[in-house]
Amino acid sequence: MHVSKSREKRKALQQENDGAKKSVKKIEKTGSNPRTRRGKWISAGYLFPSAAGVLLFFVLPFLIVIYYSVVDNPISHQFVFLDNFVMVFQNAAFQQAAKNTLTFSASAVPLAVVLSLLLAMMLESKIPFKSQFRTFFLSPMMVPIASVVLIWQVLFHYNGMMNEILAFFHADKVDWLNSPYAQVVIIILFLWKNLGYNMILFMSALSSIPKDIIEVAVLESASSFQIFWRIKLRYMSSTILFVTIMSLINSFKVFREIYLLKGEYPYDTMYMLQHFMNNTFSRLDYQKMSAAAIMMAIVMVVIIGILFLTENHFGKDVEG
Amino acid sequence: MSERKGTKHSAEELALQRWDKEVKRKKKLRDTRHFVRILLATMIAGCFAVLFLMPIVLTITNSFMSASEISANYGQVFATTDTGGKVYISDKVNLKFIPDMVSFSQYITVLLKSPEYLLKFWNSVILVGPIVVFQLLVAAGASYGFTRYRGRIKEIIFFVYIILMLMPYQVTLVPNYLVADWLHVLDTNWAIWLPGIFSPFSVYLLTKYMRRIPTSVMEAAQIDGAGEWQIFRRICMPLCKGAMCSIAILIFIDYWNMVEQPLILLSDQEKHPLSVFLSKINSGEIGLAFAVATIYMVPPILVFLYGEDYLVEGITYQGGIKG
Repeated sequence: MHVSKSREKRKALQQENDGAKKSVKKIEKTGSNPRTRRGKWISAGYLFPSAAGVLLFFVLPFLIVIYYSVVDNPISHQFVFLDNFVMVFQNAAFQQAAKNTLTFSASAVPLAVVLSLLLAMMLESKIPFKSQFRTFFLSPMMVPIASVVLIWQVLFHYNGMMNEILAFFHADKVDWLNSPYAQVVIIILFLWKNLGYNMILFMSALSSIPKDIIEVAVLESASSFQIFWRIKLRYMSSTILFVTIMSLINSFKVFREIYLLKGEYPYDTMYMLQHFMNNTFSRLDYQKMSAAAIMMAIVMVVIIGILFLTENHFGKDVEG
Repeated sequence: MSERKGTKHSAEELALQRWDKEVKRKKKLRDTRHFVRILLATMIAGCFAVLFLMPIVLTITNSFMSASEISANYGQVFATTDTGGKVYISDKVNLKFIPDMVSFSQYITVLLKSPEYLLKFWNSVILVGPIVVFQLLVAAGASYGFTRYRGRIKEIIFFVYIILMLMPYQVTLVPNYLVADWLHVLDTNWAIWLPGIFSPFSVYLLTKYMRRIPTSVMEAAQIDGAGEWQIFRRICMPLCKGAMCSIAILIFIDYWNMVEQPLILLSDQEKHPLSVFLSKINSGEIGLAFAVATIYMVPPILVFLYGEDYLVEGITYQGGIKG
């Protein structure tokens, strides 16, 4: 009697225990008790305004842009597949613009990365007035281009200061803004504007390299070149990637400088993709515009993908 | 015995002294080399600093020239042909570092006599102000959403944000234009405000910062009975104050400098901000241009002087895209 009662009790307990275990399992499976589930919904609510805005202003219209790029016009919606792309691609103005943008980015971005790394290393080598120098190098980033463009026009004018300096070295005068040298001017402007920003990124990366590793390398009598090449560069690989991507994006923004310097129709070598886009905008040629935008997006994604893969390859042994 | 010991000692001492000398000499050599290297670095940095500052300083000093002095020196740079393009004729352009006579006449004209410049300046303020404030608000909410209860869907959305952030204007302006067209807000400030407010840039930055707050802090608050709003308001926001300042500065610089958006989205030139209008100043008013340019520089420079550390911090967060 007594035994059976206790056995019953034990059985009941067991069942209860099982039930609890099951419910725990259930919670684990669905990943939520009512409280965290509620929290999840609320946190999604915080995200909602931004996500809705991004969806409405960037994602959805971008899908429409993709659609526009493969139909012949927004009214008849005739599907033409790649015709628009071919048309844009064969457009002489587009070719010119793409070529200019490409040569500009290909020369300005590496220069920006290397020079800003040099500046950062100079400031990191414990020179006096470090913080003042940092301020000076950063200041161009703050100043609106529109404000200083007047001075640039004066500096690079045919009879301006740059040519006077050249004359001092008995070199020929150069018509900076109306000759193939225009690209040089734009590169200088770009570097002037962006070096400070990149430098800050490199400085923070340099200071976050573990000191003990470098000390060990010094003890093992590694040369400073080896330390730089084998240790510092490896540790900075993700920063180098980021700086390259940002410089690339900023190099596409250089239209701003050119527009303010020379207006809507600059010298040939300064005619960038953005000029092409602006002119297409003013003609409201949706198809061309869409196709060009999508081509740029694809190129951008490909370049960034390649950069990421390279960084993964070179930086994998230091991370983690 | 003692003598021998003494000589031995002295020999040892001699060796020691020699060694000491050698070390000192090497140290001295290293020190001088170090000194030379730092001197060189400082000089190069100094040259760069001069080059970097020159355009800014020149703009400011030139704004104190009188109109006649400016047109005498630079008149030909900005001479206009009948077709409206800028033409470049002979003679010397005298770049001056210091005006012959300091005069405030340009500023007086800009501030008191010709209201159009101030109007354009006001346009800039009106365009940039709401974007900075509301983009921060929207981003604060969104990054809280991205930080709490991270799941796969949220990570995918976040990835979309990153991709959008990396797209150049040339790509995003087309969608922006289409939306503005549908909503019938082309040519109004809303065409600039709306895409600006929902820009993914600050969301990305703030999320990266907020995710560094240890989750245990938020969980502890939750166990103590704090709701989501309280965790957001009382824990996340105070901890992110510095980051918010940095991001506000970055947004401000970016939009104060905008040229592309107004050119495409606002065809009414009356609504253009000063950044676009400055390039359209014609030859007759060239004297004013430097003064206007200087006035336009003042707000960002003030922000910079007060918030340089925040700015540097903000740039530093941006680095390391993998988070």
